[in-house]
Amino acid sequence: MNLLGKLSWDAIPHDPIVLVTLAIVAIGGAALFVFMTLAKKWGWLWREWLTSVDHKRLGIMYIILALVMLVRGFADAIMMRTQLAVATNGSEGYLPPHHYDQIFTAHGVIMIIFMAMPFMIGLMNIIVPLQIGARDVAFPFLNNLSFWLAVSGALLVNISLGLGEFAMTGWVAYPPLSGLEFSPGTGVDYYIWALQISGIGTTLTGVNFLVTVLKMRAPGMKLMEMPIFTWTCTWANVLIVASFPILTAALAMLTLDRYLDFHFFTNDLGGNSMMYINLFWAWGHPEVYILVLPAFGMFSEIVSTFSGKRLFGHKSMIYASGVISLLGFIVWLHHFFTMGSSANVNAFFGIMTMIIAIPTGVKLFNWLFTMYKGRIRMTVPMYWVMGFMITFSIGGMTGVLLAIPGADYVLHNSLFLIAHFHNTIIGGAVFGYLAGFAFWFPKAMGFHLDPKLGKVSFWCWFIGFFLAFMPLYVLGFLGMTRRLNHTDNPDWNVWLYIAAVGAFVIAIGIAAFVLQLILGFKNKDKNLDKTGDPWNGHTLEWSLASPPQFYNFAKIPHVEDLDAFTDMKEKGTAYQRHASYEPIHMPSNTNAGPIMGLLATAMGFALIWHIWWLAGASFIGLIVAFIFRAYASNTDYYVQPDEVARIENEHLDNVAKG
Amino acid sequence: MSQHDHDAHSHGSSVSSYVVGFVLSVILTVIPFWAVMTGAFDRATLFAVIVVTAVVQIVVHLKYFLHLNFTKEGKIDTLSFIFTAIVIVMVVALSIWIIYESVLMMMY
Repeated sequence: MNLLGKLSWDAIPHDPIVLVTLAIVAIGGAALFVFMTLAKKWGWLWREWLTSVDHKRLGIMYIILALVMLVRGFADAIMMRTQLAVATNGSEGYLPPHHYDQIFTAHGVIMIIFMAMPFMIGLMNIIVPLQIGARDVAFPFLNNLSFWLAVSGALLVNISLGLGEFAMTGWVAYPPLSGLEFSPGTGVDYYIWALQISGIGTTLTGVNFLVTVLKMRAPGMKLMEMPIFTWTCTWANVLIVASFPILTAALAMLTLDRYLDFHFFTNDLGGNSMMYINLFWAWGHPEVYILVLPAFGMFSEIVSTFSGKRLFGHKSMIYASGVISLLGFIVWLHHFFTMGSSANVNAFFGIMTMIIAIPTGVKLFNWLFTMYKGRIRMTVPMYWVMGFMITFSIGGMTGVLLAIPGADYVLHNSLFLIAHFHNTIIGGAVFGYLAGFAFWFPKAMGFHLDPKLGKVSFWCWFIGFFLAFMPLYVLGFLGMTRRLNHTDNPDWNVWLYIAAVGAFVIAIGIAAFVLQLILGFKNKDKNLDKTGDPWNGHTLEWSLASPPQFYNFAKIPHVEDLDAFTDMKEKGTAYQRHASYEPIHMPSNTNAGPIMGLLATAMGFALIWHIWWLAGASFIGLIVAFIFRAYASNTDYYVQPDEVARIENEHLDNVAKG
Repeated sequence: MSQHDHDAHSHGSSVSSYVVGFVLSVILTVIPFWAVMTGAFDRATLFAVIVVTAVVQIVVHLKYFLHLNFTKEGKIDTLSFIFTAIVIVMVVALSIWIIYESVLMMMY
């Protein structure tokens, strides 16, 4: 028996593009390692961040993960666009199909699972406990573990770049293509274990935050009076809990097909590959609502804050989100109208899909009515909101168009579809996260970013988006299908060139964003947010210091209004100086999370390469680590009143200085 | 789960609740067995008896063993149970419909 399974020197790719990338990553990694060692920061990093159970720090780490993966996923995108702009008129381009197919698969998986999800979960982590007046989430250790499972999946995807290959199946990995017969390499196995491990982390996050909002709201805050962002996150968590187990089950069955010769999805012995497609989308469609609902919540908070008004139709927003969640769960077949189920089935799912436009329309009108007669401040987050409303409306309308089964038979798997879902995911979810990022950055980090660069970034994203994706609608109508490696049709060329230009404009937007961060950290001391309430905010997170005290609330606030903090400011009960404080019960940091994440990575890697001894050992290690953690006794501590008083007085002095 | 044992005392004796549940379950199990073994009924009646006693048995289990109810303490368990049931019914029922119809189409 080979101790290294299928792993050998042949696993390292010989493609020059990959080798150069690996070299750059290695040099960058080495530089970071040397810097951290010279600055003696490893211990600090481990104690203060990696083992932290503080929801705010976990949120920040989630967002760092999301931004790193955004760059990785975008590198894939720009390679695809340049390939398609070069490989016209029958020319081959610079990316061979073997490599190109891995790139579009990795792009999809990374952008959905390892960019959008961590970004959304990161913002939810930072803000939701603050908005409901809680000191942490319900299960702080579980929160840390969820994060490390997400990192574990991201690591596996990135390891596939340097060892073996990634899936060449598209991000949906339909069998029979993803079965052993047509994908004998390690690519699909990387895909399976990366999604499986991070997906379990996401399910745990969903459970964690549902319990948090049900059990840990500040006294006086009724369910229907939770801030809108918390509500949309709650709906997203309901969808996570309902749909992620379906992905887990579908992937488990695909795993059994590939590893143990089962026949769930093969035509032999009664399997049915349609069932995989069905289950994948029964998760996959709710998933896009999981991504976009919290973004809707962010837009709501931002519109309300920068219009200086209470959100129009708070209750109707909650119900609209609920209806979207419910309908979002019964429309999944529109991803495979062409599978050829009966006309009744297609009609049912088509109509359900179209109906979703109604609650979404309710939301758009609510935002417009919130702005109506408001005193609007055009800050960077507001730019994103405006950009979103225009972009997302177009994406929504092309979605209703695709919901007609007859039209879908023409447009299925064409670039029209690609344009549509990028229109909703970039214009809806990503614009939302970038808006939320700009909105809550001073809260989470304690200083402001340069708004000029923020606006440059916005305009490049906005214009770049239209340049990159409107041509794809045209190309879809001209008959170009998705996942083509090269083309030979002169009518398509000009649109492919424009789309490539668009991708580079977005690249400038990302560069401006990164520059904004670098300059922001450099000039940090000049742009500190001392008051904790830079935007005249409405909800409880703005009542704290920036960055918030590690225990969040010295005294749990009593909530008497929807816009709890506005209410306190109006009644003059905000910023009260208390004579004495109670000791605060806090969870301790734990190394169980990162250790279990590392073991999960090792187990995934071992299963991918059939290194059975390592897979068994790391699985047992996981169980043992969990049992150790379950019996640990030093899991909490008390912050003493004098320390609380010192921190609170410092914040209140800063507020008084203005 | 430990919370249920704790709560059960407030609804009366937990042992008596389990005993009632057990006796009802036995009766509801014996009835369909008896109906089949006597051979005195036609098929349609038999199916009806089996389905009805099975559904009633589910309710008995939920009430006496899982302690689902609509009191303030039990509400959250009940709601999460209903949520789970709805999700399963939606996914399973719609999936069966989809696959069944697509198989039919392939047989044409």
